[in-house]
Amino acid sequence: MNLRRDVFQAIADPTRRAILLLVASQAMTAGAIAANFDTARPTVSKHLQILTECELLKQEQSGREIYYHFNAKKMKEVADFIEPFRKMWDDRFNKLEDIMKKYKSK
Amino acid sequence: MEQKTKIHAEDGKQELLITRTFDLPVELLFKAYAEPGIVEQWMGTKVLKLENKRHGGYQFETTDPKGNKYGFNGVIHEFVPNQKITRTFEMENTPFGVQLEFYEFQPLTDDTSKLNIHIVFRSVANRDQMLQLPFAQGINMAHNRLQDIAGKLK
Repeated sequence: MNLRRDVFQAIADPTRRAILLLVASQAMTAGAIAANFDTARPTVSKHLQILTECELLKQEQSGREIYYHFNAKKMKEVADFIEPFRKMWDDRFNKLEDIMKKYKSK
Repeated sequence: MEQKTKIHAEDGKQELLITRTFDLPVELLFKAYAEPGIVEQWMGTKVLKLENKRHGGYQFETTDPKGNKYGFNGVIHEFVPNQKITRTFEMENTPFGVQLEFYEFQPLTDDTSKLNIHIVFRSVANRDQMLQLPFAQGINMAHNRLQDIAGKLK
């Protein structure tokens, strides 16, 4: 179960989510990814390492360069991939409940 | 603690089940779906039209913080007070297409109730795309925030 928790730690960070979005549109080298951020290069490398370790990113050698690919399959394997969807509905229903409780007591 | 809102999406199926229990009598839960003024409050949307009857239609419009407007609409097929609503739902100007929604309102006790929403999509891919939307938006928002911050640093 450790792996699943790691995936969620991975996507809990806004910079890592931004990296995933970038790489989801096209495979990129570490340098090209880092160029999109003001963060120091070693920090970006650390983020890439975490994302690769939990298999959200895959490395592929192409000539002398290493490209990072988005591993959509891994994303789908995570049972809680739909958690943001559930959370959206949960928030909405909580609001409904609050409003109707006040309505009742009027 | 058990989650009050549950999502059931079986792999490879073009449907989705959303269930939620409420600390509300079923009449109040149903009212939240039937009264335009209340729908506006909890959905955070403007209700342009809501005809609660067979063959009736509805139209909602949501405005984001940037002032962009998003339209939603559908047709009501069944409307049985405190029991069920069957309707279609469509997000305007998106490639998602129309989905069919079955709402079932169940009393549990005098003060609690349950809502079952069964949504049928045109395809499995269509459903998966819809499920991923809030996640993608989360990433997008994070990305926009980063761009805003980066923009200020320049």
